[in-house]
Amino acid sequence: MKISRRQILILLPAAAVAWKSLLAGTPEASPNYTMTDHWWSMLIDIPKCIGCGNCVRACQAENDVPDGNFRTWVERYHVSDENMTNPVVISPDGGKEGFPPVAQEDAGKYFFVPKLCNQCADSPCTQVCPVGATFTSPDGVVLVDQTYCLGCAYCVQACPYGCRYIHPVKKVADKCTLCYHRITKGLTTACCEACPTGARQLADLKNPKDPIHEFLKTHAVQILKPQMATGAKVFYNGLDGTVR
Amino acid sequence: MSGSKDAAHLFRFAGLFVLLFVVFLVVRHYIVPKSFGQYGHYRGAAIGEIAARPIKYAGHEACETCHVDVLDVKKAGKHAHVNCEACHGPLAKHADDPTAMTPVKPDTAVICAQCHTASAAKPKGFPQVIPDDHSTGLPCETCHKPHSPAMDNPAVAAGGAK
Repeated sequence: MKISRRQILILLPAAAVAWKSLLAGTPEASPNYTMTDHWWSMLIDIPKCIGCGNCVRACQAENDVPDGNFRTWVERYHVSDENMTNPVVISPDGGKEGFPPVAQEDAGKYFFVPKLCNQCADSPCTQVCPVGATFTSPDGVVLVDQTYCLGCAYCVQACPYGCRYIHPVKKVADKCTLCYHRITKGLTTACCEACPTGARQLADLKNPKDPIHEFLKTHAVQILKPQMATGAKVFYNGLDGTVR
Repeated sequence: MSGSKDAAHLFRFAGLFVLLFVVFLVVRHYIVPKSFGQYGHYRGAAIGEIAARPIKYAGHEACETCHVDVLDVKKAGKHAHVNCEACHGPLAKHADDPTAMTPVKPDTAVICAQCHTASAAKPKGFPQVIPDDHSTGLPCETCHKPHSPAMDNPAVAAGGAK
C-alpha cells in the first residue's frame, strides 16, 4: 500500500505536534537544591512533648492556616487502667491554646501525641486524585497543586490520618507541606523551629549524616496505622498502642 | 489491485480520524500545562511554586548572626535548646530588615505559663509550676531571666520555691 501525498500532508503535522508535546516541560529547580538528594520525614518524640501548642501556632502563622483547620495538631490521650482499649482523646482547638487541667487523682496515664501529614511514600490521598493535583514530590513530600485542584475532597476522605481539609476561602485541598518552602532553603519546618523541647525533628532519610539514622537504630520507633501500608514517614518514639 | 479502488471510502474515513486526532493533539497541547508529566502525573512546575512561598520564621541561625550576646547567655542556661522564635514568634521580616519591624517583647507571665504550667499529662521530668501559687501574679522575669532561667541564688534554685 502506498501512502498518498495527501495522507503525508495530514500525518506530518500531526507527528510534529505529538513530538512537540512530548518535549514540553520546563525544568524547575531551586538553586543549590537537588530534589533527588533528599527523602524527607519527621521524628516525633512523644515523651518530650509537653502539649504547649507552640507547633500548632507556628504552623498557622507560617502557612496562613485558617482558624478551625489544622495542618498539625496535638492530641491528649488519657488511657485508664480499667479500659485500655478506649482512650479518651481531646484536642481543644487543635491544642493551639494548650489543654485543660488534669485532675491528679485520675487513674491511668496521660500523654500528648502531635499529629501532622505522615508524608506517606504510598499515599492513599494522591492515588484517588482524579486530576493529578496532589502528588508525592521526588524528595518525598506530599504536596497539593492548588491551581490544579478542583476541591472534590476525594483526598480528604482518602487520608486515613485526617490530615487534609478543604480551605474555606480557596475551596481547594490544603495540607501540611512539611514546610516545603523552608526545607528547600535549608531551614527546618516552622513547627520544629518553634518546638521548645525537641519533640519534633525534621529528618532527611537520604542524608547519611542525619541523626535520624542513629535514632532509628537505637529506639523502638513506630508509625501510625502501619496496617494501612501507607509507607508513612513520620516516626513516633514512645508511641502507646492505644494511639490511632 | 482492483480492491483498492473499492476501499477509497475507507481511506476518506481514516483521513477524517487522522484529522480529528490532529485537532485533539493541538487542543491538548494548549490545554495541558507545559510541565505536566515532568516528574509524574502532575504539574512539575507546582513544586517550584510551592517552594517559592515566603517564610515567616527566620530560623535561629538568622537570629544568632546578630544577637551573639544573647546566644552566649542562652547557651549556658537551661533554655539552650529552645529556639528564639519559640518564644519571640515569627520574625523573618525583622531578620530581613531589622529596621522594618521591631519585635514585641513577650509577656513572661503569659509565655512562660504556656510551657511551665503544671499538668499531670506533662512528662515528669519537665519543670512545672502552678503559676498563681508559685509567683502570686508577679511576672516570671522578676526572678528568672528567660534566656537563662535558673536563679542566681543557689538556695532558691535548689528548691526553695516550687
